[in-house]
Amino acid sequence: MKRRIKAVFGNMVVAQTDERVVKNAIGYCVRNDGIKLLCEIIRVRGDSVDLQIFEETRGLRVGDHVEFQEQMLSAVLGPGLLGQIYDGLQNPLPELAEQVGFFLQPGNYIHALDTERTWDWSPKVQAGAVVQAGDTLGSVPESIFEHHVMAPFGLEGQYTVQTVAEKGSYPVTKEIATLTDASGNSIAVTMEQSWPVKRPLCVAKRRLLPTKPMVTSVRIIDSMFPIVRGGTYCIPGPFGAGKTVLQQITSRHAQVDIVIITACGERAGEVVDTIREFPKLQDPRTGKSLMERTIIICNTSAMPVAARDASVYTGVTLAEYYRQMGLNVLLLADSTSRWAQAMREISGRLEEIPGEEAFPAYLESRIANFYERAAAIELRDGTVASVTIGGTVSPAGGNFDEPVTQATLKVVGAFHGLSRSRSDARRYPAIDPLDSWSKYVGIIDPQKVEKISQMLRRGDEIRQMMTVVGEEGTPIEDFTIMLKAEFFDSAYLQQNAFDEVDAATSIDRQRFVFDKILEVVEADFIFKDKDEARRTLKKISSMFINWNYAPWDTSVVPESEREDPPLDKSKVKEDSQTERGDFKEMLGQIDQYIQSLLDKANNSEKETEDELEQLAV
Amino acid sequence: MRTFYDEISQIAGNVVTVKAQGIGYDELAVITTDQGSSLAQVIRLEDDQVSLQIFGGTEGVSTGDKIRFLGHSFQVPFSDALLGRVFDGSGRPRDGRPEVKAQTVETGSPAVNPIKRRVPDKMIHTRIPMIDIFNTLVGSQKLPIFSVAGEPYNDVLARVGMQADAEVIILGGMGLRHDDYLTFRHRFDEAGVLGRTIMFIHTAADPVVECLLIPDLALAVGEQYALQGKNVLVLLSDMTAFSDALKEIAITMEQVPSNRGYPGDLYTQLARRYEKAVDFDGAGSMTVLACVTMPGDDVTHPVPDNTGYITEGQLYLRNGRIEPFGSLSRLKQLVNGDTRDDHRAIMNACIQLYAQCDESREKREMGFELSEWDDRLLQYGDLFEDEIMNLNLNIELFDALDKCWEILAGCFQPEEIGIRDAIIQKHWPGKSPKKEKEKSPEPVQV
Repeated sequence: MKRRIKAVFGNMVVAQTDERVVKNAIGYCVRNDGIKLLCEIIRVRGDSVDLQIFEETRGLRVGDHVEFQEQMLSAVLGPGLLGQIYDGLQNPLPELAEQVGFFLQPGNYIHALDTERTWDWSPKVQAGAVVQAGDTLGSVPESIFEHHVMAPFGLEGQYTVQTVAEKGSYPVTKEIATLTDASGNSIAVTMEQSWPVKRPLCVAKRRLLPTKPMVTSVRIIDSMFPIVRGGTYCIPGPFGAGKTVLQQITSRHAQVDIVIITACGERAGEVVDTIREFPKLQDPRTGKSLMERTIIICNTSAMPVAARDASVYTGVTLAEYYRQMGLNVLLLADSTSRWAQAMREISGRLEEIPGEEAFPAYLESRIANFYERAAAIELRDGTVASVTIGGTVSPAGGNFDEPVTQATLKVVGAFHGLSRSRSDARRYPAIDPLDSWSKYVGIIDPQKVEKISQMLRRGDEIRQMMTVVGEEGTPIEDFTIMLKAEFFDSAYLQQNAFDEVDAATSIDRQRFVFDKILEVVEADFIFKDKDEARRTLKKISSMFINWNYAPWDTSVVPESEREDPPLDKSKVKEDSQTERGDFKEMLGQIDQYIQSLLDKANNSEKETEDELEQLAV
Repeated sequence: MRTFYDEISQIAGNVVTVKAQGIGYDELAVITTDQGSSLAQVIRLEDDQVSLQIFGGTEGVSTGDKIRFLGHSFQVPFSDALLGRVFDGSGRPRDGRPEVKAQTVETGSPAVNPIKRRVPDKMIHTRIPMIDIFNTLVGSQKLPIFSVAGEPYNDVLARVGMQADAEVIILGGMGLRHDDYLTFRHRFDEAGVLGRTIMFIHTAADPVVECLLIPDLALAVGEQYALQGKNVLVLLSDMTAFSDALKEIAITMEQVPSNRGYPGDLYTQLARRYEKAVDFDGAGSMTVLACVTMPGDDVTHPVPDNTGYITEGQLYLRNGRIEPFGSLSRLKQLVNGDTRDDHRAIMNACIQLYAQCDESREKREMGFELSEWDDRLLQYGDLFEDEIMNLNLNIELFDALDKCWEILAGCFQPEEIGIRDAIIQKHWPGKSPKKEKEKSPEPVQV
């Protein structure tokens, strides 16, 4: 029996073997100093096996020993995942830091779950019960959730519970139940199980059409281009347009149970920001630290390339696992382009025939398969749960015509295209309100949204026309529409991500302010000249912008119409409130100002009528 | 006992293939030719065929030349004796002084565990308003200067290097003209920082493979200093030359090119270098400032494009000015909230208005009638360019902010600038005469 390395080229190794091998199974290349490097079989040709190595290949030699396993690359599932920070192969980074220090030395692997920690187990089934794959056997409290320990997802058919552990405190490796199938084969179940990351994990009665909005607290998203629980969306944008900030904001404020952040081939600094900030931030809905509902998977750009591919799949597998417990999970992947580039690198090394821009031909199907793992499902017990996927795309040169963006756009439900011109003008979030789209219905009445969209489009047309005919050649009516579009842009679409109040706008507030804005947009103001029109709308804009910084006052919405979860009052600082002004008071000022403008308009109309009458007389 | 291999089967580009066994990937070797000896590095293993890239180039290499493998990957000596010295891409002295004998460290160390990184929070005061107010530089940041040939990018780099009070400055020069190298040396000498500077210089006349090694050398040494608790500033110029060297080797190795001939792993190669910028939790930090010349002034060219996705912002240097649009320091919000309460508001308002001024200028050029608002924008734009965008300014952050307020107040009404009332009340010039003049803090150094 021989299993040895034949060739090494970058992160690809060709091994020779006369054994049975399983494609996509994992294995280890053993360096001559004894260090084992994890790899995956990606192609088999005769007795040659092509391996992608999840580590730096430095030091590997021709002739070095290779070990293969039957198992495919799998995620470890069980209590203790929440709050963890993993690398792409699910090694807990804090433990790695403790063991090996500053650098991620190759060949160090640590089990994903703490096997010493004990969990308070409560059985939910009794001996004799009949269960299927994914059925809950018992539960342990994890963070704010009831973590279901489920029958292994790989089971086929029905099993009878033979024994079940009594209520008590056990580690994840403890055998908590034994199940037997019809022919009497019995299997032992622990609190942890594993699942191959590249196979979708979905044990459900049926897939549902996702309709429930997933609120992100970003106004332009929730109001104009909404996302739903179980849906998919993508954020393509050139560098510097604010993709990552947008993802960070979403990960903080999204109204879901669990957020999984996959930092795939992006900057380490951004992950550090999340790692350091999240434990300090409070989830306004639970009062607990945000970290308790978050899992971070980071394979930053300096880490080995092949593990990027793994990190994306590991992330979505963990998301699916929590979905099986009836939870709503949001998976943020930043950035899917780096994942695609990793595929391109591997494909190049395999000397596959390149497709467009040297991406492999299977790029589109891989991307489609990944996004299709998002879904709202009805579990067998009737609970509705979901995985929502939001991926950023980093198109080369900011050009959306490139293969990764195009492949992504075909399969997502919402497109939040970031534009360089908006970010250059510091109009954040730089989502282009004209190019972006969403197939979902959000928290604002679609008819109202359509009205605003039309106005934005019209405003843009007028602006373009004006660059040809000039301001003097534009009728004041058109000019006013353009100003109103500009007003909506600056007062509503733009949002300050770094201000504690403006960063997140709740559902009720969005609806309330949107209606108020619609009032302004639909009001028939009469201006005597363009300068007056510009001054007036600038003034209204500035009033609304100030209003955005004022803390929300729930009392403006009748209790029966409120949808926001009640907020923890103690969080709002009193002193900042006074400096920022009172929401209701400012509302009064806005109403008053608009009314005065309308009165003026009416009067001037009347005057004209009077004049006409007089003339008639 | 030393083993030599001399069964060279292929010499193509800068790559030599030799028959050898038991060689590790990435291992270093020495090839001895009639012209002398050169270092080489293993870049491909296939059965008993070992491909090496020859640092000194393959001119004059014969099929009978001898290759000796060193059993380790590329290393650089590390000690304080490096300070004040100049080396080439193979790590040999180029200042005519003897070699540094010291403990060696491997280049291209593994990635830093993100857990061991700190969130950067130290502002670097450069006393250039376009950087301090609008694109604040932060310790441990990796920031490129996007520019085109002919712009004074090396001057800007040198200037930041001289003014920043880093404990160690490392200059990595790639494809530099010899004049540029001498200028750097001269200016650092004049500013009295040469004693804490280490230079790794590859000039355009040197073998192309050595160009590839410059960032690795500079960053490996910098990393060691950072681990010792020092705050290091690494200056790299020009990363486009580095990328072109990558392209050359990749094509020689018959890799499938992805975009304009660059290899598919360009992003990864660049990221592995830039990501060395770090603020260690429990040790020092390393900040990287790199010049990237954009071929044809095209930011969508693969080199600036990939760089932009890796770095934490970018500065555009055009017409001798740092462009207000596009230039961005992603880390600025980590520090600019703690400088003065109006810093962020000014930063946004000034740029938004300058963007509007641009539109008005367009209108003027098209010969359209200008409104009173346009006139004021134009007036503002001129003032902003002269008094804030000027790169020759040398003023403190707070003074620069005050100057912005003056310009705004000279051109606009308070409600026209899109800044919220609370801030305007406090800072609008003349409105609150009893406004306390806040003192600028001592600049925090790198």
